[in-house]
Amino acid sequence: MAIDAATVRKVARLARIEEAEDRLETLAKELSGILNWIEQLNEVNTDGVEPMSSTEACKLPMRDDVVTDGGDPARVLANAPKSVSNFFVVPKVVE
Amino acid sequence: MSELTSLTLKAALDGLSEKKFSSVELTKAHVAAVEQARALNAYVLETPEKALDMAAASDVRRARGEAGALDGAPLGIKDLFCTEGVRSTACSNILGSFVPTYESTVTSNLWRDGAVMLGKLNMDEFAMGSSNETSAFGPVVNPWRREGSNAQLTPGGSSGGSAAAVAAGLCLGATATDTGGSIRQPAAFTGTVGIKPTYGRCSRWGVVAFASSLDQAGPIARTVEDAAILLTSMAGHDPKDSTSLAVETPDFAAFVGKSVKGLRVGIPKEYRVDGMPPEIEALWEKGIAWLKEAGCEIVEVSLPHTKYALPTYYIVAPAEASSNLARYDGMRYGLRVDGANLTETYEKSRAEGFGAEVKRRILIGTYVLSAGYYDAYYLKAQKVRRRIADDFDQAFQKVDALLTPTAPSAAFGLGENSDDPIAMYLNDIFTVTVNLAGLPGMSLPAGVDANGLPLGLQLIGRALDEGTLFSLGGALEKAADFKAQPKRWW
Repeated sequence: MAIDAATVRKVARLARIEEAEDRLETLAKELSGILNWIEQLNEVNTDGVEPMSSTEACKLPMRDDVVTDGGDPARVLANAPKSVSNFFVVPKVVE
Repeated sequence: MSELTSLTLKAALDGLSEKKFSSVELTKAHVAAVEQARALNAYVLETPEKALDMAAASDVRRARGEAGALDGAPLGIKDLFCTEGVRSTACSNILGSFVPTYESTVTSNLWRDGAVMLGKLNMDEFAMGSSNETSAFGPVVNPWRREGSNAQLTPGGSSGGSAAAVAAGLCLGATATDTGGSIRQPAAFTGTVGIKPTYGRCSRWGVVAFASSLDQAGPIARTVEDAAILLTSMAGHDPKDSTSLAVETPDFAAFVGKSVKGLRVGIPKEYRVDGMPPEIEALWEKGIAWLKEAGCEIVEVSLPHTKYALPTYYIVAPAEASSNLARYDGMRYGLRVDGANLTETYEKSRAEGFGAEVKRRILIGTYVLSAGYYDAYYLKAQKVRRRIADDFDQAFQKVDALLTPTAPSAAFGLGENSDDPIAMYLNDIFTVTVNLAGLPGMSLPAGVDANGLPLGLQLIGRALDEGTLFSLGGALEKAADFKAQPKRWW
């Protein structure tokens, strides 16, 4: 399926990636090329096939719901772009 | 290469244990080799002081008789592995100055066994690429060149730094990761051995995530035995990764040199693709002959959905990547570029932090997961993935392992494939099926092409049957007697 510049704009917004207006056409062409190539999957009969999301047959293990780590704000904040007294500083969300 | 940097890992460990040299001497030789090889751009961060401290501590342990399985061996670490107190970037600007406050499980296992870290190795950004050209630090240059040519070649990707460093004598072995072929294709391009173990063998904890259902760590090394020694140390159950398998790790090195007589090896007919260079076809035939001579029974098998593996991968991997990479929002770590409001800050941070290929894959992934397209693309791909895995299940009812080429070409020139994403993706045509099915796959050097460049053969095994791959790999290695080395130009 061919996707157009408007779709790229929408998807880029969903992905929270700023794309310049003059890049949208080029991207639409690139992404359409890849999607057209992917469409060969429609040749495969998958009626009644269970979708596969993991290669492992076993169930996810359960563990006790207890704290195993934490209490170390300095380590958590060590790479924060901005922090003040053990808090991340983020842009204002609610006016 | 000096004498000490051209040793195999096994020979170096033997030399250390026989007190022929110390870890400090061995490490100093490697530090010097790394400094002299900056033209290769294999290391994105050198940690010589840490290396020498670790080496000195190793020599003390050895003197006390407390040496571990890898004690004193200098290794390189792919920059996808988080290393405590040492910058770890996945070769992306968005993690430009990230210094983890924790250590990945795989590298912890290596340090537990006494290994020494020389530094962090270059790779494609977030492991997305087959030529190392998407790295924010620029591409690695393959130590190999075509005979009579100065053209710069790619070492492959994404683990290009790992493969180049091992081939050029800049470490005794390296960690790497493989989501669609990122251990095996670079190993093939550099005349080294690489194994992607069964999904779940190595913990993913502390490895920067790309596509979580496909990502697996493994080693790149000079010999099959070296790869076995490294994997034995790297693997093991880890409660911190819920997909880590609760199984015993065998001593993989014990499988190298074992007789392969009576093993049945399948040749998948769908891997004979159009346009495959005759040299690769011929090498494959040689591999078949070598295994026959070693007493294996060769059986033709069919994996009918092979051609659909790459398009399946280019839905599943970008979908998982778009979710995984949502964490890079500029709030808790990594690059932040301030905008007028929160959304703009997200958008600007991610626009500036991610490179073109990473953005392309995030956009594809976001698209195939978006409302209205999920069933047509993502669900369809998951169903085809099942059929690909079923193909392998059926083949493994008849055979013990499969033999294929690793890659459809030898190393190509830097810049040769970078304009066409699909041409680049086709590098992984023989390797990606293994990731989708979660199986172990090994690449080993088996010959050279007309230009003197190394070519690799791939062995694929049943889940958790790396042992058979190490036995078959050992037999092929012995028969191929691959002795070629890159001529030093750096």
